[in-house]
Amino acid sequence: MIKLSGSLDEAFPALPGIDFAAMKVVVCVKQIPDPADPGALDPETKTLKRDSKLILDESDSYGVEMALQLVDAAGDGEVHLVSMAPNNEVSGLRTALAMGAASATIVSDDALQGSDALGTAKVLAAAIARQEPDLILAATESSDGYTGTVPEQVAELMGLPSVTFAKSVAVDGGAAKVKRQTEAGYDEVECPLPALVSVTAGVVEPRYPSFKGIMAAKSKPVDELDLGALGIDAGQVGWAGAGQEIVAIEEAPARESGEVIEDEGDAYERIVAFLDDLKVL
Amino acid sequence: MGLDKIWVFGQATGDDVASITLEMLAAARGLADTVEVFMAGDGDDYAEELGEHGADTVYSTGDLDGGLQGVAVASAVAAAIEAGDVDAPDAFLLGTTQDGRDVAGRLSVKLDTPVITNVVALEADDTLVGSEPVFGGTVDVKTKNTSGKPGIFLVRPKSFEAEGVGGAEADTEDLDVPDLGAVGAAKVVNSHVEESDGPKLDEAAIVVSGGRGLGEPDAYVMVDDLAKAVGGAPGASRAIVDAGWVPYSYQVGQTGKVVKPTVYIAAGISGATQHLVGMKGSKNIIAINKDPEAPIFAVADLGIVGDVHKVMPKLIEALQNR
Repeated sequence: MIKLSGSLDEAFPALPGIDFAAMKVVVCVKQIPDPADPGALDPETKTLKRDSKLILDESDSYGVEMALQLVDAAGDGEVHLVSMAPNNEVSGLRTALAMGAASATIVSDDALQGSDALGTAKVLAAAIARQEPDLILAATESSDGYTGTVPEQVAELMGLPSVTFAKSVAVDGGAAKVKRQTEAGYDEVECPLPALVSVTAGVVEPRYPSFKGIMAAKSKPVDELDLGALGIDAGQVGWAGAGQEIVAIEEAPARESGEVIEDEGDAYERIVAFLDDLKVL
Repeated sequence: MGLDKIWVFGQATGDDVASITLEMLAAARGLADTVEVFMAGDGDDYAEELGEHGADTVYSTGDLDGGLQGVAVASAVAAAIEAGDVDAPDAFLLGTTQDGRDVAGRLSVKLDTPVITNVVALEADDTLVGSEPVFGGTVDVKTKNTSGKPGIFLVRPKSFEAEGVGGAEADTEDLDVPDLGAVGAAKVVNSHVEESDGPKLDEAAIVVSGGRGLGEPDAYVMVDDLAKAVGGAPGASRAIVDAGWVPYSYQVGQTGKVVKPTVYIAAGISGATQHLVGMKGSKNIIAINKDPEAPIFAVADLGIVGDVHKVMPKLIEALQNR
């Protein structure tokens, strides 16, 4: 599925350990409503109301930056973005293109409304496979839906190994070397490419798009696809394919707030008294 | 109406079964007639503790030789069901942990079945319904598995109370991992433990967490000192973990640990949704923040509007002198 060879590889096929190939990295990016204006669940359709313009999920800016740095380190290659959103929405994609990604795929189709994580993963996997990448990066979870299962589902659908929850990623000799967060600390994991890696916030510091980058992003190629182009049956995705249904949306009991005081230099005594009352010291 | 059988994903630290596994066993017992555990590693080591908490059988893969749990455990479960070696359960419960999420994602593709995530409560009628808090816990969304196949539920830690029921040692069965080929090629070559001394973050009676309001990495020492003075565990908001001040293992929140201590002290934390979800269940919350409008004050039992750099040193001194 993956073609690693470039012309130099073909010219010097017997040279071991020398990798002339360009690296292609696909980054999954989600375009979400601005978290500063989170909107609400529509009680009728049971989907998130998305009235405002979509922006690049901040969680995905880390994957974009990581991809750009890995391609830089490899010396040659490119970063391609894959996103699924209604109405060929690209405003968030443009931000990632302005950071330096070369091109993007946007998948839109009316039949995708109501897709669950598995339906979304099927669409992303099909769109990513067309790019024949060496490495796929994704955030560990989105900032709005935060199911946190899509990257691993994409890897399984594509038949690829994966390393999730990366806090650092390097590529060396055709393998990803990843520090993977664990409950107790972290594991060093090695994984031959092609592979999928999900990255945590903090894996790298995302760059701000430059003015030049923003101007260049306007003319970068964005491939618009629908389900037909991907060869996916509409019954597999959207409301039809989702094996789950929201049956109730309820107000949660609110936590009562207590006393708020201004520190006049002795507020610490109130804290000590509070702890004493609880007999926890 | 209850379910016939639920499978709970087992996780362990050393010789001990992880709390999240025991919590899910307690939930599963109330929902199904039969509760069984599936896990990586050697089930014999945990059969007694799991049985005590109501598991009838433990299916385990044995040592994975550095392989990651997600692909290995999911492949083993799918293969056993396909071969008819085991009857598929009505539902799978897995903890919202790194490995729990990996297994859930892989398994959902193999069985073509949905994953219902961030679950904090469960109810069963003809199928299982999971409840998920959204918008910082102000709204509960109940989601039902309608696939007609076993649903996969990712359960947040601390959502249920673990409770032993004096059950007999669980039976143990092998869960064979098929040849994974390239999909199983990721290998752990080294493990590092970053946990601090003292009580564990998700078990401590008192948790002291610091955030951006501390101003600079060096100021985190105040959080450490206060935690030490009260016999608690130090924690952190995602902002300062992302900024590299402290390791991820300190993080309290939606990503990170869920804590429910007797007392939670938030120092210089504004109270982003991401953070509130991880600590709102604390019995008592004390917040120190210089911004009177900070959302953390809406959930605090005692809120101090003030400079952490002035309040914390006095507080630490007063408590250390006891």
